[in-house]
Amino acid sequence: MTPARKKRLSLIVLMVIGVAVGVGFALQSLNENIMFFFSPADIQAGKAPANKDFRVGGVVVDGTVSRPGEGLTVEFDLTDNDSTVKVKYTGILPDLFREGQGIIANGRLNAQGDFIAQEVLAKHDENYMPPEVMEAMKKSGQAMPSMNRNGI
Amino acid sequence: MGSPPHFYRFAGRWLPWLTGIFAIFLIVGLYGGLVMAPPDYQQGESYRIIFVHVPAAWMSMFIYMVMASCGIIVLVWRMKMAEIVLISSAPVGASFTFLALVTGSLWGKPMWGTYWVWDARLTSELILLFLYLGVLGLYGAIDDKRVAGRAVAILAIVGMVNIPIIHYSVDWWNSLHQTASLTKFEKPSMPPSMYVPILIMALAFKIYFVLALFQRVRAELLYRERNSRWVEELVQS
Repeated sequence: MTPARKKRLSLIVLMVIGVAVGVGFALQSLNENIMFFFSPADIQAGKAPANKDFRVGGVVVDGTVSRPGEGLTVEFDLTDNDSTVKVKYTGILPDLFREGQGIIANGRLNAQGDFIAQEVLAKHDENYMPPEVMEAMKKSGQAMPSMNRNGI
Repeated sequence: MGSPPHFYRFAGRWLPWLTGIFAIFLIVGLYGGLVMAPPDYQQGESYRIIFVHVPAAWMSMFIYMVMASCGIIVLVWRMKMAEIVLISSAPVGASFTFLALVTGSLWGKPMWGTYWVWDARLTSELILLFLYLGVLGLYGAIDDKRVAGRAVAILAIVGMVNIPIIHYSVDWWNSLHQTASLTKFEKPSMPPSMYVPILIMALAFKIYFVLALFQRVRAELLYRERNSRWVEELVQS
């Protein structure tokens, strides 16, 4: 490689490193804003903002989904296997909403510490399988795939 | 390969073959994905958008890396062919990025409950689309195409920083988008009947990229070399 080319190449490498470091610092400082949701443990620890909308993510606890009264209001517990928060929501739930499913709710805490959601989104995990396989796994008592390494 | 008339003829010879291979892979991939693959236990048939979405998203990043590599060759070695490959890749990459965003959005509405959220994966992929559009816009805005080639090379190289961000966004931050189902090092979290069609579709898209690239490079070569002997001879014959 000629000296001129070597110089140009090292300038490019320097430029990329410079930009990468800059972007890295920017993302680092924006970390909390990029986090899409808080976990119930974060709420327990008081990390979630008060009197302000935020998102909470967790798994819907089995057997806690109830519909008090008529209409679209639904209540359920949301857990990260550490802490649990009660969520109340009035509206249409996404297709993937079910017990044991990871979901993300957007809203705020009320005075009783319940989470009043304006929006509920289902989080899909990276597992895909045919229904027969799922049946077989359930029969053999294996863990729900949505509870795997990504928690939610 | 660096000589324009040679590359023009070489690409022209390969075009029909590439078209045929692309058609075969596309048909096999789509049949495998849309007909043969089993439905998903949770999403039923809706998950089948994965056979377009995931390969398109892979291509959006792969083509950007091709562009950035060309950018380095342009700046260091001043190769004219690299400039042409760089700018000819951009519209194809932008299209795949757009396709990935649209298919993801259409899947997101029934599954997540929303077309769009500003989570890290979706946002960084949208930035990728803007980078592609930026490259195209910058190239179009500068009249001297040799200068334009060097300008977009810098933009393409700087934008490369976004690629690892897209890739790792789902691991670095909590996001609504799920983590990768297919990675190089881990066992795929889906059966072969599902991931084999995805891989075939990915190959089909790669071949399509080469195909579209060759056509665009040929057109760009004719435009740039419009005053040269070989183009004159080509037009007259």
